[in-house]
Amino acid sequence: MMGLPRRTSGGGADETDDEGEDVTATVGPQAQAAARANDVWKVYGSGEAQVMALRGVTAEFERGRFTAIMGPSGSGKSTLMHCLAGLDSVTRGTVAIGDTTVTGLGDAGLTKLRRDKVGFIFQQFNLLPTLTAKENILLPLSIAGRKPDPAWYDTVIATVGLQDRLGHRPAQLSGGQQQRVACARALVSRPDVIFADEPTGNLDSRSGAEVLNFLRTSVREYGQTIVMVTHDPTAAAYADRVVFLADGQIVSELIEPTAETVLDTMKKLDTPAEVGS
Amino acid sequence: MLRATLKSLLARKLRLILSGLAVVLGVMFVSGAFVLTDTLGRSFDAVFAEGTSEIDVNVAAKPKVALSEVQGEQVAAPLPAATVDRVKQVPGVTDAVGVVAADGALLVGSNGKVVTSFGPPQLGENWVGESDLLRLREGRAPQADDEIAVNAALAKAGRVAVGDRVGVETVFGSQEKFTLVGIVGYSGDRESIGGLNEVFFTTPVAQKLMLGQPDTFSSITVTAADGVTPEALRDDVAAALGDSFQVKTGEELAADSAASLKEGLAFFNRILLGFAAVALLVGTFLILNTFSIIVAQRTRELALMRAIGASGRQVIGSVVLEAVVVGLIASVLGLAAGIGIGALLAWLFGNLAGGLTLAGIAVPPAAVIGAFAVGLLITVVAALLPALRAARIPPIAAMQDVATPDRPLTKVTVAGGIVTAIGGTLLFLGLSGNARGNTLPTILAGVLFAFIGVALLTPLISRPVVSLLGAVFAWSVPGKLGRLNSGRNPRRTAITAAALMVGIALVTGVTVILDSAKGSIGKLAQDSIKAELVIAGVQSGPRPPSFDPAVLEKAAALPGVQLVDGEYGDLAVVGGEQTWVGASSDVSALRRIFSAEATAGDIDRLAPDQMLVSSDTAEARGLSVGSTVPVQLSRGEPRTYTVSGIYASSELTNPMVLPVEATKDFAVPKPIQGFLQLAPGTRVADVQPQVEALLADSPTVSVADREAFIEQQTGQLDGLLTMIQILLALAIVIAVLGVVNTLALSVLERTRELGLLRAIGLRRSQTMRMITVEAVVISVFGALLGLAVGTGLGAAVVEALRDEGITDLVLPWGQMGIMLGLAALVGVVAAVLPAIRAARINVLGAIAHD
Repeated sequence: MMGLPRRTSGGGADETDDEGEDVTATVGPQAQAAARANDVWKVYGSGEAQVMALRGVTAEFERGRFTAIMGPSGSGKSTLMHCLAGLDSVTRGTVAIGDTTVTGLGDAGLTKLRRDKVGFIFQQFNLLPTLTAKENILLPLSIAGRKPDPAWYDTVIATVGLQDRLGHRPAQLSGGQQQRVACARALVSRPDVIFADEPTGNLDSRSGAEVLNFLRTSVREYGQTIVMVTHDPTAAAYADRVVFLADGQIVSELIEPTAETVLDTMKKLDTPAEVGS
Repeated sequence: MLRATLKSLLARKLRLILSGLAVVLGVMFVSGAFVLTDTLGRSFDAVFAEGTSEIDVNVAAKPKVALSEVQGEQVAAPLPAATVDRVKQVPGVTDAVGVVAADGALLVGSNGKVVTSFGPPQLGENWVGESDLLRLREGRAPQADDEIAVNAALAKAGRVAVGDRVGVETVFGSQEKFTLVGIVGYSGDRESIGGLNEVFFTTPVAQKLMLGQPDTFSSITVTAADGVTPEALRDDVAAALGDSFQVKTGEELAADSAASLKEGLAFFNRILLGFAAVALLVGTFLILNTFSIIVAQRTRELALMRAIGASGRQVIGSVVLEAVVVGLIASVLGLAAGIGIGALLAWLFGNLAGGLTLAGIAVPPAAVIGAFAVGLLITVVAALLPALRAARIPPIAAMQDVATPDRPLTKVTVAGGIVTAIGGTLLFLGLSGNARGNTLPTILAGVLFAFIGVALLTPLISRPVVSLLGAVFAWSVPGKLGRLNSGRNPRRTAITAAALMVGIALVTGVTVILDSAKGSIGKLAQDSIKAELVIAGVQSGPRPPSFDPAVLEKAAALPGVQLVDGEYGDLAVVGGEQTWVGASSDVSALRRIFSAEATAGDIDRLAPDQMLVSSDTAEARGLSVGSTVPVQLSRGEPRTYTVSGIYASSELTNPMVLPVEATKDFAVPKPIQGFLQLAPGTRVADVQPQVEALLADSPTVSVADREAFIEQQTGQLDGLLTMIQILLALAIVIAVLGVVNTLALSVLERTRELGLLRAIGLRRSQTMRMITVEAVVISVFGALLGLAVGTGLGAAVVEALRDEGITDLVLPWGQMGIMLGLAALVGVVAAVLPAIRAARINVLGAIAHD
């Protein structure tokens, strides 16, 4: 159960209502963006087989906000996330995380970036099967050779509600529990931004809701920045803001979305005639 | 990170143990070799130290021809008996005793057969009395000329007792009968010291039969007066006697005697290390493969590590760390097994050698250092390539199923071509004798490079060959699938097959060489020996079997015998170089039986001061008819012979032939082979029994027809071949582990696919058949490669040895067929466990499998 009380955190976002029902809620003044894409182009292959995955995407992802990237299959949403996270190179344009320009970094720089500034949550949970839940959570810190902040670690564990499960191996955990371990792993090193790739894609709706609640809590209470790729309108409704992609371009944006408004926007996108804002 | 690595290591322990086994075996050989040679070395030290414990100073003449243990038997030159009195007069000497002791006193047991020691000398000695070390157990000392005493182990082996009339064959006598009057034992209730057999005669008899000259001794044992150190006495005695004697303290004598035996041990050590190298080479392939597969399987996991911040170096470190752990464990296990094997072999050796008391098993530092250096190094080096590959896994692979694209084989193939070429060049250099004294290392490096090169080329070859091989099985669906699977990952198939290739190539190569040698020698003997009957024996120690020269004359007198040639041989120093010299009882018979042709001078007769040389020797030494050649034989003074004839060289002729008069100075002054040519129309079966009767007193030799003789001579190569094959079979066993490993991992990797096949209706038996076909295809491919490479290597060596008389390339087709069949069988056996595992896959679970 994830019945955590929601309080306004010291982050930038104003308090909003549950489930994002109030579409008109205003967004407060933004601090510097946690991640930025500036005129990003991504082209795969060449000649006949050329695929333009991203075509001049410019976007900012504010600190302390929960942003969802949506779009139909093949819209380029995953590519945008990979490029933002420095997992994939861009063909043109620049990407920055915090004050670090990602574009042009070498392997060592990218490794440092991933180690210090970025966290990941994957669709497939991606836990090491041989390690216990606790060891999995602490893995990024131990790779970086850092000690966890005990208070923060306890807070994270309490928030994901895994106190009794820390000694279990992934195989002994349910899908939802595994994804909560993955969330805790991303959170424990306090990265500048967490990228979540369809985090609920492999979960039933109840487990999915738990994970999404937890993500939102970490944004609102602890000021964590999260960028999530999803194609599920219900999941997107947990975010503070939704960015819509189609054919490699940003085509729309919603602030304080609900499942209904997201669904409406998606439907419009599916009808090419109505695209073109 | 460390913990994550160790945990993932634990999760795959079975697989790593399997690949570590190869390292364990290699390390076992390395440490076993060191333990064995150390134990035996110290045992020999102890034996000699004990044998010389009562000697203060020993005096011997310098040997005429210095030989090592590996080269043959050292013949000490006899000392004149007057030397004993000279030594006695040196101040500080309490006593000096003349001792006769020479190898070659063979006791004939109660069953009429000669008792052999399989290695340790069989000494004939003069009786010089009891000592703290040596005591009469039964009877008394020999007093009359026809009395002897022997040590208890010898009496037991020959089943003879005090009072029996027993035959003894000696260096200078044929078999003579003696009365056994005493049996001796040694301190500590032992029956022999280090397997040594001793026959004690009275002094004049020992001098006559063992040294061939009256009033001579082999050495003098000197006892120092109280308060005189052996070292001081040694110097005094040496000063009194002059330069032509070797004067040593008892300790020095023991050390020198042991050193010559240890040289033989070092040779043995190198052979064992050679097999260790083979096992480790095969093991390297196995480890490389296992780690490659593990890295491939862990792609997602390693990508995840990278995504959450691990650097490329950390990933390499984690794979290398795994290798270090595997290497360490394998080294420890291998060391333990090696100590066990070394101890076992030492014990076997000690017992075979007739009761060598082992000096206790100890582990020399070289065994420990060798074990860990080799075990760790091999494992880490083999894992390095997979580790580098692991570091190149992009972090994005954690998010998507990155299909590992078929990397082009160009780079590998080019590298393989280059390495093969280097190997070929080294082989050529080594075999053609252009390596300037580094022939053996050059050839070995060449073989190593050739193996690695071919292994690198294997992925390229594997596609067409595997698909061709698989076509045999393509009539059924499982067969077809198995064939396709084996061609699916050419690199993996190739490395697995390459591991099998190494073992099979070595066995094939050695077999080709030895069979060719055997065939060539047999053919040559068949063609050029014109003798229907041959007298010869099988050599089992440093001394060749020999027989009474009187047999030759008696045989010549038999009806139907036309020509008789008795062959003698000795290692001599001629013009400063050691060389084998022969002598013949009748050079004219020698010429006709061996179809020798004169190229200069007369080779039908030989005066006592003349010699014949072969055309090769004449050319090499710049000799012609009339040249004078100084010759130092094993005994006697140097003599000068005049070349009276030169004969055309062939593989069967000796470099030089001395007159029969010279043979009294040979180490073995009796004929070692006799060739009998029968008159036309004489039946071999009529003459053979009569010659047999003549040989009644020469129990170490027998008479055989030519075919049996050739068989007997070349048969020694068969024993060698079998031994090498057994040891190399180990390399093949390790390779089989590799096939099991590869298959097991493939099955695991394809769990989902196998589940799918089962879901759409593939039966359990069909699944198993599919896996089996894959295994058989891989192992037959490896065997074919091995046969091809081995034949190539063997043929190259045979070609290089053409000048040494190996003229015919004999390919062991039968054996090659057997190996191919065995390889197929190996495939089937290796497939059993993985196939069962594949058949047991839970269909539902596999499809749902992430």
